[in-house]
Amino acid sequence: MPSNLIEKTMRVNRLPHIWCPGCGHGILMRDVAQAIENCGLDPDKVVIVSGIGCSSRAAGYMNYNTLHTTHGRAIAFATGVKLANPDLHVIVITGDGDATAIGGNHLIHACRRNIDLTVIVFNNNIYGMTGGQYSPTTPHGEKGTTAPYGNIDYNFDIPQLAQAAGATFTGRCTAYHAQQAIKLIEAGIRHHGFSLIEGLSVCPTYYGRKNKKGDSVKMLTWQKDNAVDVKAAAKMTPEQLEGKFLIGELSSVENKEEYTDMYMKIIEKVGGDK
Amino acid sequence: MGKRFQLLQGNEAVVEGGIAAGMRFYAGYPITPSTEIAERSALRLPQVGGKFIQMEDEIGGIAAALGASVAGLKSMTATSGPGFSLKQENIGYAAIAEIPIVIVDVQREGPSTGLPTSPSQGDLMQSKWGTHGDHPVIVISPSSVQECYTECIRAFNMAERFRVPVIFLMDEIIGHLREGCELIPSEELTISNRRVDRSFNGTLAYAVQEGNYVPEYAPFGEGDKFNVTGLFHDLDGFPTNDNNITDTQERRLLDKIRMRRDRIQKWEEFECEDCETMIICFGGTARAVQGAIEDSKKMDFIKLGMFRPITVWPFPEEALLKIIKENKHLRQIIVAEHNDGQMLLEVQRIVEGRVPVDFLGKIDGTTITPTDVIDKVKEVY
Amino acid sequence: MAKTEIRMTGSGGQGVIMGTIILAEAAYEDGKHVVQCQAYGPEARGGSSKAETIVSDEKITYTKVIRPDMLLALTQVSLDKYVGCLKNNAIVVVDEEITVPDKIESLHTVYHLPILRGAEEVVKNRMSANIISVGVVNELLHVASQEAVEKAVLNHVPKGTEEVNLNALHYGAQLVQEAQK
Repeated sequence: MPSNLIEKTMRVNRLPHIWCPGCGHGILMRDVAQAIENCGLDPDKVVIVSGIGCSSRAAGYMNYNTLHTTHGRAIAFATGVKLANPDLHVIVITGDGDATAIGGNHLIHACRRNIDLTVIVFNNNIYGMTGGQYSPTTPHGEKGTTAPYGNIDYNFDIPQLAQAAGATFTGRCTAYHAQQAIKLIEAGIRHHGFSLIEGLSVCPTYYGRKNKKGDSVKMLTWQKDNAVDVKAAAKMTPEQLEGKFLIGELSSVENKEEYTDMYMKIIEKVGGDK
Repeated sequence: MGKRFQLLQGNEAVVEGGIAAGMRFYAGYPITPSTEIAERSALRLPQVGGKFIQMEDEIGGIAAALGASVAGLKSMTATSGPGFSLKQENIGYAAIAEIPIVIVDVQREGPSTGLPTSPSQGDLMQSKWGTHGDHPVIVISPSSVQECYTECIRAFNMAERFRVPVIFLMDEIIGHLREGCELIPSEELTISNRRVDRSFNGTLAYAVQEGNYVPEYAPFGEGDKFNVTGLFHDLDGFPTNDNNITDTQERRLLDKIRMRRDRIQKWEEFECEDCETMIICFGGTARAVQGAIEDSKKMDFIKLGMFRPITVWPFPEEALLKIIKENKHLRQIIVAEHNDGQMLLEVQRIVEGRVPVDFLGKIDGTTITPTDVIDKVKEVY
Repeated sequence: MAKTEIRMTGSGGQGVIMGTIILAEAAYEDGKHVVQCQAYGPEARGGSSKAETIVSDEKITYTKVIRPDMLLALTQVSLDKYVGCLKNNAIVVVDEEITVPDKIESLHTVYHLPILRGAEEVVKNRMSANIISVGVVNELLHVASQEAVEKAVLNHVPKGTEEVNLNALHYGAQLVQEAQK
């Protein structure tokens, strides 16, 4: 029997999902659904937009208005949906390759516009759907099927990238820290402006196996052991933070006007609202 | 909108036609020679409560326009060759997900960056086959500023009615031409608005009523929480690998246009019933052909006719065959176009040698002139 | 009127494109058939610029000027570039500074008018050379009524320059009248 949350927010007849055993995406998808519930949004007004890749299959399972688009273009489609009807709550579920490689241009420009989208990047550090090629978030030196001798690319820090591009809310969560993740996504949805949340997932099948990270439990344990909440980190020394990564709300700006609000003012100014 | 009769550029008239048809969203990226379409949309759309956004690239332009269409607004994007190439993947997405959209391509000369400010009609085949896989598409090509207006309205009507991408295939000749245009008030126009079929459960978005040929799902936000995807999908819009479903869906997509082409095809016949030489052309080239026919009447010359597809895809095949069958004087067909012979291939396929088919083309960035046409007629007569 | 082909050329920024648009719009308002087009691209960014309009009582088929009835050139470079293929006994208007080949002088009716100097010294607005040109062309060809041309000018000039530009228009007509005396 599915839980109440699953029953309410998922297309139960489409489950089980296609993700591999041990994949972190299912946990993150549930976190998103729980956050939407916690925000009390009318499901009829929620739109989930996704691109292509493992992450982007989430849209199909979620019982909202769901738009599974082309590779890299989720944020551009979402921009159209939101501007066309600003009353809709538009949430983008995308992956590390989808959002920061093929769709990187749309990501930074949506950040710059400060359009009210909540973008959640399920980051599994690899191209999973195509079988384990290195992505923009595969750590330097690690392996993928297209980096058999080790990845010489340097990887993106996605929240930092988004913040630098003008996102007015950024944060990071993990598949392990579900409660914190739900709270963070909730805050991202409530934020009126562009929010970017990196959801660190685990891919035991490709990234884990290629790089000898062990099974899913081991990879989730690594998240548990190495994530430091941003508030706790403030009290720690650089030595204590060595090799750790931050989770929680990483940046937030409240006084920057949102894109569709500004556009509606233009319409009003030129009399198009009559 | 202002006065009923205005001197407008082709690129401006397209926007006015779109707005008259109910266009309320435009997303695009600047590119010559189509930029005036974006500029006028930016100016005009907010005045009618619509939205304009300049996206970060061509792909973003069509993607945002498709997103807006899914949210219920009639949407357009416009571009030229290089941008048209970039938009192709999402044209296929619109085709399989059955999202209405109008895509304007103001053609320019050559592959790659080519000659950005020179006229061409080299995207004719791309407009039909540009995106991968078998897919339905409707392509309309105007040959005057007035047609930029009226045919753009028809393009939106077709997009909504058939839930397909409609390509509005312009050329620089018409895009940058200024001439008189009658802006017809909306109460005098026939406008097709998106039909929404609520007899199905909301999730059965892609179910098709008996006697209908397109799914009539509601815009996002109206309570029918369904899935839209570029994968082959079942009636709920959920992805499937089922070969039977794939076959049924693909055939329905193609047949919805193929089987109803008589409602989509449109063409102009000028003195085709008794001409000896018939010139087949489309878009801006028609102006040179009309000029040649006009000139030919001032001298003792071969009797000319012009056959001009306005809907270029699906090609008005039956109409062409009817002329060939009925005109006993016809001894020569010339296909005139600003490319290396693209419509020529289609005409040769249809004519099947019943009448000799010759070709007049230009690919140097200059336009075919009436004299070029007259000379060609003489040469091959 | 019979089909009349007008070509205006100058250097980029002199406003010859706007000049042809004003003429076309005025003639259209008077119920004539018109087309207007111009050269685009690098040509339109400095260098010489070319714009054309055709006015006729009949429907206009081919959209480009083939053999101009009238060529107006504001610079030497643009005259040299576009002087070819004039209609027999065409009208050629050039700024007074421009040298016209003898052959053109003998075959066509040529007016040397102080358009650029007039803009600067008489109208006192360098940017109005194109409007003076419109006045010149319309006085010579009468493609549109005075009222329609004035209205078209007012539709296209920046706010605050209406007076100056109407003066420019009238000055153009005056130049022709004086030359024809």
